[in-house]
Amino acid sequence: MRPFRYHRPADVAEAVAVLADEPQAAYLAGGTNLVDLMKLGVQRPDLLVDVNRLPLDAVEELPGGGLRIGATVRNSDLAAHPAVRRDYPVLARALLAAASGQLRNLATTGGNLLQRTRCVYFQDTGKACNKREPGSGCAARHGQNRDLAVLDWSDLCVATHPSDLAVALAALDAVVEVHEPAGPRDVPLAALHRSPGEHPERETTLARGALITAVRLPHLPAARRSAYLKVRDRASFAFAVGSVAAVLDLDGDVVRDVRLAYGAVAHRPWRAYRAEEELRGRAFSPQLAARAADAELAEARPLRHNGFKVPLTRAITVRALTELAERTPAP
Amino acid sequence: MTTDERHSSRVAFDVNGGRRELTLDNRTTLLDALRERLGLIGAKKGCDHGQCGSCTVLLDGRRVKSCLVFAVTLDGRSVVSVEGLGGPDELSPLQAAFVAHDAFQCGYCTPGQLCSARGMLDEVTRGWPSAVTDDLTAPAELTDAEIRERMAGNLCRCAAYPHIVAAIQETAATR
Ligand SMILES: Cc1cc2nc3c(=O)[nH]c(=O)nc-3n(C[C@H](O)[C@H](O)[C@H](O)COP(=O)(O)OP(=O)(O)OC[C@H]3O[C@@H](n4cnc5c(N)ncnc54)[C@H](O)[C@@H]3O)c2cc1C
Ligand code: SF4
Ligand code: FES
Ligand code: FES
Repeated sequence: MRPFRYHRPADVAEAVAVLADEPQAAYLAGGTNLVDLMKLGVQRPDLLVDVNRLPLDAVEELPGGGLRIGATVRNSDLAAHPAVRRDYPVLARALLAAASGQLRNLATTGGNLLQRTRCVYFQDTGKACNKREPGSGCAARHGQNRDLAVLDWSDLCVATHPSDLAVALAALDAVVEVHEPAGPRDVPLAALHRSPGEHPERETTLARGALITAVRLPHLPAARRSAYLKVRDRASFAFAVGSVAAVLDLDGDVVRDVRLAYGAVAHRPWRAYRAEEELRGRAFSPQLAARAADAELAEARPLRHNGFKVPLTRAITVRALTELAERTPAP
Repeated sequence: MTTDERHSSRVAFDVNGGRRELTLDNRTTLLDALRERLGLIGAKKGCDHGQCGSCTVLLDGRRVKSCLVFAVTLDGRSVVSVEGLGGPDELSPLQAAFVAHDAFQCGYCTPGQLCSARGMLDEVTRGWPSAVTDDLTAPAELTDAEIRERMAGNLCRCAAYPHIVAAIQETAATR
C-alpha cells in the first residue's frame, strides 16, 4: 500500500478546502470500501481526510415530514432508527439486507453511496479495466460477466453499482446534500451516479473534492407500504444478483402512486420510470406488474453470462408489488 | 517499506481497559496494531478484506471488523478484543457457553465469533431489527434464525455453526 498522510479536518469547509488543494487526497469514512481497495492497490491516495468526527452523524425529522440523514450516520444506526423503521421500511430493509452487522456498524450513508463497483476485474490491478485505468480496455466485456450490467452499459464498461441503500433512496426520491469547492448544492439521488458511456472512470456528477454532507428524504406517506426484495447467491452476507425497491399506493385496487428501482442491473441505481408509467392509474394485478417490468426491461442487452437477470428482475418486480398489494396499508 | 514522519502518527487509545500509546505507520490497521504492536494475538487475520469476521473486535462497544479500520483514526477511542472479554481463569458466560457447547473445532474463527456475539447481543438488547425480523416496529425476538442472520458476518470453515447458535442462545437466555 502506498504511504499516505492523515488529516482530521475541524469542519466541513476545511475538509473541502484540503481536498481542493490535494489532487490525490480522498475522504475516509467507515473505510469498509476504501481501505479494502487501498490494500488491493486499486485506490492509491497520498492523503486521507478523515470525515468521521465531523458533526454529520445526526438523523433529524424535518418539520412537515421527511428526514435529514447525516453523511456519517452508520448504516446500522440508520436501519434501527424508529422513524426509518416506521415511515420508510424499504430503506431499513435495504440496509439490513446489505453486508454484515460488523460492516454496517462502520459503513456510512455517504460512503455507501460512493462505494465502487464489485466488478472483479476492477479489483484486480493485473487486468484491463477502463474504469481503473482509462484506455486500458475492459476485461469483463468478454470475460466472466455474470454479475454485471444488462441495462445502459457501454462498450467501455459493463459494471454495476453495488449499493442496496442507493436503490432504496432512488425509489424514495432522496436528495443528496453536497459541499463542492464552489459551494453547497442539492443533487437528486437519481442524478448522482452516471452511465458509463465514454467515461466509466467518472462515476458521479459531483465535482472533484465534493463532500456529501447529508441525504434528505421527502415526506412520502405512501412509503409506509414499501419493500426491498434482494436476491443473492447465499441467504445472507452477499451482494445482490438482483434487487428491487418498491413503494405502492393503492386506491381500492387502482394504483394511485408507485415507485420502483432496480439494483444490480446497471452502472447506477435504476429508477424504473417506464414501469411506473405502466402501473399508474390501472387496477393492480400480478399480470399488470409483469407487463410493467417487461416495458422497463425491453431495452435490456444481456451479456454472455447474465441473461438470467432479465427474467429474475421481472419476477422480483411481480413478487414485491403483489406482496405489497396484499398487505393492508398501515393506518 | 520505510516511511517518513509525515506518513506516521502518534495515537492514544484504550485497549481492554488500559491506555496505550503508539507511533504507527498510517497504513497500520487496528488488527495489525493489536497483533503486531500490542501482542494481542486473539483477533485473527482470515481474509484481511472484511469478508470472514475472524478479526472482529468491539470499538466503543460496537462490533467491527478490525482489518478495515486504520488505527490512526482511533485516537481517544476504546477497543475491546477477545482478551478483554475474559481470560482462561475467568471466562465470561459467553466464552463458557462456547466451551460447554463445543462451539469450535480448530478455533481460528472463535475470537471473532465471541466478539461478534457479544456486540450482537447488545444490539438485540437495544431492539435493533435484522433482515429476518418480520415486524420492523416490534422488539426483536432472538430465534435461531435471528442468530444465524445476525452472525452471518462470521464464517467458520469447520462449520461449527449449530453449536455456535446453541452457545449464543444459552447465553442470551441466562442473561
Ligand atoms: C464483505 C463486504 C460485503 C458487503 N456487502 C454489501 C452488500 O451486500 N450491499 C451493499 O450495499 N454494500 C455492501 N458492502 C459495501 C459497504 O456497504 C460499503 O463498503 C460501505 O457502505 C461504504 O461506506 P464507508 O463509510 O465504509 O465508505 P468508505 O470506504 O470510507 O468510502 C467509500 C468511498 O466514498 C468516499 N466517501 C466516503 N464518505 C464520503 C463523503 N461524505 N463525501 C464524499 N465522499 C465520501 C470515499 O472517499 C471512498 O471513495 C460490502 C462490503 C464488504 C467489505
Ligand atoms: S466492466 Fe467496467 S469496471 Fe469491470 S473491467 Fe470493464 S471497465 Fe473495468
Ligand atoms: S480478517 Fe477481517 S474480516 Fe476477515
Ligand atoms: S472453529 Fe475452525 S473456523 Fe470456526
